[in-house]
Amino acid sequence: MASTIGADALNRLFIVYPGAKTYFSHLDISPRSAQLRSHGEKIVLAIAGAAQDISQLMVTLAPLQTLHAYQLRIDPSKFKLFSHCLLITLACFLQDDFTEVAHAAMDKYLSAFTAVLAEKYR
Amino acid sequence: MVEWSESERTIITSIFSSLDYDDIGAKALCRCLIVYPWTQRYFGGYGNLYNATAIKNNPLIAAHGTKVLHGLDRAVKNMDDIKATYAELSVLHSEKLHVDPDNFKLLADCLTVVIAAKMGSAFTAEIQAAFQKFLCVVVSALGRQYH
Repeated sequence: MASTIGADALNRLFIVYPGAKTYFSHLDISPRSAQLRSHGEKIVLAIAGAAQDISQLMVTLAPLQTLHAYQLRIDPSKFKLFSHCLLITLACFLQDDFTEVAHAAMDKYLSAFTAVLAEKYR
Repeated sequence: MVEWSESERTIITSIFSSLDYDDIGAKALCRCLIVYPWTQRYFGGYGNLYNATAIKNNPLIAAHGTKVLHGLDRAVKNMDDIKATYAELSVLHSEKLHVDPDNFKLLADCLTVVIAAKMGSAFTAEIQAAFQKFLCVVVSALGRQYH
């Protein structure tokens, strides 16, 4: 499930916001590639995992903060774009179950998650 | 001027021709007021917006949502000059309604989510790209006459 959601969201990101592809020249990110699924899964599992204890985001995400700040150095604007694509993926999969309240909660969580993720950038 | 491919035009017109404006318009505006509660600031005279249920049952909000969605029709019919088509509406939103233009993007995002939920897996990444490109042009045109 995580890989399906993750791959779908990433695929949307690359097609709707082609600039994001520049960070993935080292991977095969074509729509049905195994690398896309595996990478998508990694991201979704991290997002879901941190939700287990939302009050501890700074602690849980510390390693990922370092990774993104010093190694990956992905422009944080891309986090917003990916969050949006993830919400669209969820809407497509969950349809009527993706209620306004669920949408609000997810958007709030993803905003908090991405804000913490970018904290070590400067 | 914005360039539209044949495929993009087909996608946009096809999405709008299959829309139930009363349903989708209401849903998009409700979602915007619930997901981004600060947007409620423009709806002081619309009655009970106390919680999600109240918002979803509010007939004034539903009617307004429909009105807003019909406003997009003009852009669909004039895709080659959306800027000119919306000049007057832009002035209205700026001078009379005093709406922060950032809100246009919020509503556009909610409309995209509503359409995605309606179309499910049929809302492919390519369709999303065309739809978002269209809404982006609309949002830009609506913000253009702000000074």
